[in-house]
Amino acid sequence: MKRRDFMQMSGMGAGALLLPTSLMGSNIDAEALLAPGMDIIEKKRMANVALNTAKSLGATYADARIGRYLNQYVFTREDKVQNVVNTESFGIGIRVIVNGTWGFASTNDVSADGVKKATEQAANIAKANSKFQKERVVLAPVASQGDVSWKTPIKKDFKSIPVSEKVELLLDANSAALNNGANYVNSALFMVNEQKYFASTDGSYIDQDVHRIWPTFGVTAIDQAGGKFKTRQAMSAPMGMGYEYLDGLESEKLVGANGLKLYRNSYDIVEDAKIAAEQAKEMLTAKSVDPGKYDLVLEPNHLGLTIHESVGHPTELDRVLGYEANYAGTSFATIDKWKSKNFKYGSDIVNIVADKTQAGSLGAVGYDDEGVPCKKWDIIRNGVLVNYQAIRDQVKILDQNESHGCCYAQSWNDVQFQRMPNISLEAGKEKYSVQEMIKDVEKGIYIAGRGSYSIDQQRYNFQFGGTVFYEIKNGEIVGMLNDVAYQSNTQEFWNACSKICDKDDYRLFGSFFDGKGQPSQISAVSHGSSTTRFNGINVINTGRTV
Amino acid sequence: MAIYTEEQARKIMEKALSFSKADACEINLSGSESGNIRYARNTVSTSGHRSNHSMVVQSNFGKKMGTATIDEFDDESLKRVVARSEELAKLSPENPEFMGPLGPQKYDEAITFVEATADISPDFRAEVANNSIEPAVAKDVTAAGFLDDASSFSAMINSKGLFAYNKETGLKFTVTMRTNDGTGSGWVSRDFNDVRKFDAVEASKVAIDKAIMSKQAKAIEPGKYTVILEPSAGLGLLNGLGYDLDARKADEGRSFMSKDGGTKQGDKIVDERVNIWSDPLHPEVPTATWNGSGQPLKKTSWIENGVVKNLAYDRFWASKKGVEPVPYASNFIMAGGDASLDDLIKSTKKGILVTRLWYIRSVDPQTLLYTGLTRDGTFYIENGVIKYPVKNFRFNESPIIMLNNLETLGKQVRVDGNLIPYMKIRDFTFTSLSDAV
Repeated sequence: MKRRDFMQMSGMGAGALLLPTSLMGSNIDAEALLAPGMDIIEKKRMANVALNTAKSLGATYADARIGRYLNQYVFTREDKVQNVVNTESFGIGIRVIVNGTWGFASTNDVSADGVKKATEQAANIAKANSKFQKERVVLAPVASQGDVSWKTPIKKDFKSIPVSEKVELLLDANSAALNNGANYVNSALFMVNEQKYFASTDGSYIDQDVHRIWPTFGVTAIDQAGGKFKTRQAMSAPMGMGYEYLDGLESEKLVGANGLKLYRNSYDIVEDAKIAAEQAKEMLTAKSVDPGKYDLVLEPNHLGLTIHESVGHPTELDRVLGYEANYAGTSFATIDKWKSKNFKYGSDIVNIVADKTQAGSLGAVGYDDEGVPCKKWDIIRNGVLVNYQAIRDQVKILDQNESHGCCYAQSWNDVQFQRMPNISLEAGKEKYSVQEMIKDVEKGIYIAGRGSYSIDQQRYNFQFGGTVFYEIKNGEIVGMLNDVAYQSNTQEFWNACSKICDKDDYRLFGSFFDGKGQPSQISAVSHGSSTTRFNGINVINTGRTV
Repeated sequence: MAIYTEEQARKIMEKALSFSKADACEINLSGSESGNIRYARNTVSTSGHRSNHSMVVQSNFGKKMGTATIDEFDDESLKRVVARSEELAKLSPENPEFMGPLGPQKYDEAITFVEATADISPDFRAEVANNSIEPAVAKDVTAAGFLDDASSFSAMINSKGLFAYNKETGLKFTVTMRTNDGTGSGWVSRDFNDVRKFDAVEASKVAIDKAIMSKQAKAIEPGKYTVILEPSAGLGLLNGLGYDLDARKADEGRSFMSKDGGTKQGDKIVDERVNIWSDPLHPEVPTATWNGSGQPLKKTSWIENGVVKNLAYDRFWASKKGVEPVPYASNFIMAGGDASLDDLIKSTKKGILVTRLWYIRSVDPQTLLYTGLTRDGTFYIENGVIKYPVKNFRFNESPIIMLNNLETLGKQVRVDGNLIPYMKIRDFTFTSLSDAV
């Protein structure tokens, strides 16, 4: 029950949102977010101090990451602003290989002296740890990239939008919810800009400007007499976009089951808050589900988390090898299964790709945090496990000679390691809409939005809930359901995948604060899919009388 | 060195306060020195050291409040941070819930700092890893562990005359031991303020023994079972109850603690043998004697003989409800009994011993229903003895139901800064099986 490492935003509904305080830099005012930061020529000079110092200390490889991390978070409830947080964090992280062993150190003193000292510290750590090292680090080659840059293609920089405009938008959403019957509403806007400069002894100097945004809320309706309360979460997704995500363009709206409004690359928070209030009230009297086997029709803003937990994490190579055994766990997707070339992870129509280049996604960057150009690769093809997620010092284990480019550190003062790229389910190849899918289901449940989720440490057994549930009978939606959770086994579940809607329904779900490692680091990742059907899945009733 | 003495901290903070021009000003100063070592696959994977300190200045004009942070403490920097907090306060919207700083307070002397823990060296950490890895290798087991230690201080001053200071030390150790055939896994966790209470060899042996004992687990039918929850497992579910000991959420009607437009304070909600309190001066689980708002922390009863004795009220909600504020708990202590784990096993006709619960998530906040899985050592007990290891289960259970189905309380153990007993519980609900080891 230690809360000191987290800032708890209570009242965000089921599973209060816990924000790691490690993300917070120093508080600054909003205008300071627009300050340019260190000049790129100076960054290159400081990076070269690190690289040259490392080489003089016997390093066979070194990289330096100079990072400026800017965050702006806005929190409101009902008609009140709870907090506006602007933070900045700036410094350099230096990683070296000496005696075949990694060493890492960081400092916020980005002067020649400060950088030199930190590099010496990194080299000393490498030397000390090399005494315990059993296998020398071997890096897959990366071509020199020279001087290059990459930017998230944003239309509106959140840093240029006045705080008052953001506050007004959230308060508008709150009042839309309250005017439509909600008792409480908490809303928040998370905006992140990573300004990262990477240099390595491979001859790469990479300047990147990365933007992410997440608008979200929890709308609660209360039935005082019945002593009940229900919360409907936002149908937004965190995105690798600028403030334009909040434009609420009609062209990016989609319709799910029962006329449910859903959003692709543009989000209408006020409209969603109004609908959320109506649905939260409807949840108070919805029918409690009869447990049993159902065909599930899973909407992308729900299915994304299922993909994340049951495909994303088990195919991280460091987990498979045991490096995460003491924390997140290991994986059922072992090397022998991959080597067999016929391990049926899912049915024939299941094609899952890793992609660090997908537009609008949280994981999209030009280069990863060890200077590898980003790419797209297959994880599951025609239902068979064909690859993992691996970085420069891991791909040799897979007899591969090219890093997948999915190395990431949450900040300049954390060491980079393998993190999940965007992992997405390819859309169905034949024309097939959500409405057609529902028409084909005899006994089923349509699930939209994220809910409770839990999975074992090797990623076999999971139980997932959702935000809204609709019962399907003989091809028709017959009403809302409560108390729904499905329990399955990863391999059985993906082999029960029977139909996938076409690309017109494809969109991204995202996880803004995905945790891994000790000490824990967060990263942001998207998962794309179209609405997908899974046959005969076990549904339990989670209602209890206490 | 980021650990300032009380006098050093006071001097810097008084200086900063002297620059304040706001209606009121409150300053928090904190710093820590921490180190860690991580190992996996029987070898050290990473190690690190971190030193940081920072000052947070909060200024207010009426109910307009601004906060600024800095990590340099020369006069110019102090002047700048105070001025920036004042500029931000002037720009910010009014916060109707802003309560303003507290006046001077009296605090108990804390017992949280132990010099020996502050003196932990990189060599000590390497030795811990070695003391964990070597016995694992000898038993054909693979170790993955993490040791994290820190010494820290925090201090607070405000323009109404309040001053508080505390320094503390702590360490946390966990290790997962997996048998090399992949069929057994054991785990242990230890945390202390005082490193002299920590024995890496003893702790690692517990995890190694569990790993070997849990090899080749059998599948048994899920359902309702009598369980013996080790303290780590019990805490996993008690956390859910702890988060709901909040008066505002209860009054607002969106908590298990809500009732008829009010709260369940005064209601009996669990077995009468359940007593839960917090105590910053408990020698086994000490904490600071004041919180971030400057409120003194005292021994506070939360559940007494099964009845909800207190809910936490922050200063705003207390003033709105016309009651005295009740600060949130800084630790949880649950009364135990005399029974050892062996005693609990011996008195069990048929049951399951659970080492820990994992990936615990809220399913329904209305009933405090949680789901999750057993992990790293789950065993079937018959006629007073452990018969064989069993495959892991998924559970769907509420801490309220669990504490109503209490059979026996065992001895207390420190877990994550809390003191939790072994608990024997009847009719604990396991809903499915997992193949995970």
